[in-house]
Amino acid sequence: MTETSHYLCIGCPLGCRLEVETEGDEIIEVRGQSCKRGDTFARQEHVDPRRFVTTTVAIEGAPWPRLPVATAEAIPKHLMREVCATLHTLRLEAPVELGDVVLRDAHGTGVDVVATRSLGRR
Amino acid sequence: MPDLQPWQLERRYDVVVVGGGPAGLAAAVGAREQGAERVLIVDRESEPGGILQQCIHHGFGLHHFKEELTGPAYAQRYLERVLEHDVDIVTDAYVLDVDPTRRVSLLSGRHGRTEVDAGAVVLAMGARERTREAIRIPGTRPAGVMTAGFAQKLVNMAGYLPGRRVAILGSGDIGLIMARRLMLEGAEVVGVFELMPHANGLTRNVVQCLHDFDIPLHLSTTVVRIHGHDRVDKVSVAPVDEALRPRMAEAWEVPCDTLLVSIGLIPDNELARALGVRLDPVTTGPVVTSTMETSRDGVFACGNTVHIHDLVDWVSQESQLAGGGAGAFASGRRSSADNVRLVPGRNVRSCVPHTITTDREHTVFLRVTKSLAPCSLRLGEVYERPLRYVVPGEMVTLKVRPRFLQGFHGGNLHVDVVPREEAAA
Ligand SMILES: Cc1cc2nc3c(=O)[nH]c(=O)nc-3n(C[C@H](O)[C@H](O)[C@H](O)COP(=O)(O)OP(=O)(O)OC[C@H]3O[C@@H](n4cnc5c(N)ncnc54)[C@H](O)[C@@H]3O)c2cc1C
Ligand code: SF4
Repeated sequence: MTETSHYLCIGCPLGCRLEVETEGDEIIEVRGQSCKRGDTFARQEHVDPRRFVTTTVAIEGAPWPRLPVATAEAIPKHLMREVCATLHTLRLEAPVELGDVVLRDAHGTGVDVVATRSLGRR
Repeated sequence: MPDLQPWQLERRYDVVVVGGGPAGLAAAVGAREQGAERVLIVDRESEPGGILQQCIHHGFGLHHFKEELTGPAYAQRYLERVLEHDVDIVTDAYVLDVDPTRRVSLLSGRHGRTEVDAGAVVLAMGARERTREAIRIPGTRPAGVMTAGFAQKLVNMAGYLPGRRVAILGSGDIGLIMARRLMLEGAEVVGVFELMPHANGLTRNVVQCLHDFDIPLHLSTTVVRIHGHDRVDKVSVAPVDEALRPRMAEAWEVPCDTLLVSIGLIPDNELARALGVRLDPVTTGPVVTSTMETSRDGVFACGNTVHIHDLVDWVSQESQLAGGGAGAFASGRRSSADNVRLVPGRNVRSCVPHTITTDREHTVFLRVTKSLAPCSLRLGEVYERPLRYVVPGEMVTLKVRPRFLQGFHGGNLHVDVVPREEAAA
């Protein structure tokens, strides 16, 4: 029995409609792409969809009450909300430097969450 | 961040830059590199960086820094470059007026009302968001209706959630990005309503911001009424016909406490208008030469105040050029006058800059009026290049090299984008 899954390619604004045909765990064919990037994207998206997560964390003593942060790498898509929930429990203290790790190995992904700007003391 | 504020402003600067967003920052660097000794950036916010400080998502700097950064990281990297160039920055300072002698009046907490004279001025005020008033949605005037960019500032900088159940009008990138932000912050986004039959934002934002969170996108649909007394309690939405008129018989109600409006940006051209700079009726920003000079001598402009950009990297590039022009002007150097006027032709909405020369390389930015794939870009009769696709949401960048224009001796040059079959014929 073959099955078909549908994805929208995010490689460029053409937004090709991709079809991944599978039999069991095996990908038999990728269709609908206009270039090679679509093929790569579809295979990754089908097996292990990943996203970068950006949010903010509470910070004391800085000119702003929130510090923007991001995962250093893309993490599995289904963990996005959990990682954000954990980040929302943190309370940081200024100063923080761009690139400082604010959460190590988020939810066992092996990926750190880092500050995406410096915030000095008020 | 270090205290950047100079204690004392000079009476005269070689170049004064109005606005400290990515455009203003790059212009200041460009000005220093082209010989301006004293350069001042004025920004009304409490820190430089402009809109970038609130754009905490990725997608900045792929061209310029060769890595994908968030908005704040791009701003910080760029600011470091500016500081290496020894530029004065005054924040919390509003530029009230620039007059034809290039006297700049500003108002600030630290310096009061001050005037500084400038050898050259760069206008880099960015853009404003179009508001509900711009499209006249009927109904009451309750709290809870705001632009998506304002909500972005509330959430990302002030740490304040504007609502719990949010509807979004317009599928521009800011609206899409805010849909995801609000979901990750624990609010519920009940739907995005788009007047046109296609999403306005990038596909990657439709996928990563809406599909990932199961947020419905209603195309060919618009908000026809806002309800609520003190606070929004629902909106009425309706599908539209081909002429974009709502089909009221099919309207339905969507309970929500907040409506975000994401219907595009328009250049902030108030200072330019007051100064009597010639404006392009299509972009609504100033008409500019190949060095980004406006119709007023020694007044340059760049970034979103000229035309709305979707990539900050191009803002930086264009603005460094504008700053370079200003620096050269202030040092008494002028480049050769432009001899080619670019005229938007078939399927082309706008071209910036408006004029170029045949003897140097120029980067020209185009907006098209509709999607075409595959297609061809033509410069008059002298040059043609195949393109895989064009879409209205994405600016087309074209490097025009002198050899493309061989045999063209100046005057009007029509810029067309035509379907490939037609080009071949
Ligand atoms: C929500 C959103 C998402 C975006 N996403 C991306 C993306 O993913 N990737 C990307 O590359 N680009 C993105 N962009 C585009 C990019 O951020 C903009 O093109 C760029 O910021 C424009 O720079 P600017 O300097 O012209 O304007 P701005 O950043 O708006 O800066 C203008 C500055 O001028 C100041 N100013 C205005 N008037 C005055 C005055 N009278 N006196 C003193 N100061 C004044 C303002 O305070 C502001 O700081 C996004 C834009 C938005 C709005
Ligand atoms: S498959 Fe290639 S052409 Fe199609 S959207 Fe993806 S990157 Fe673009």
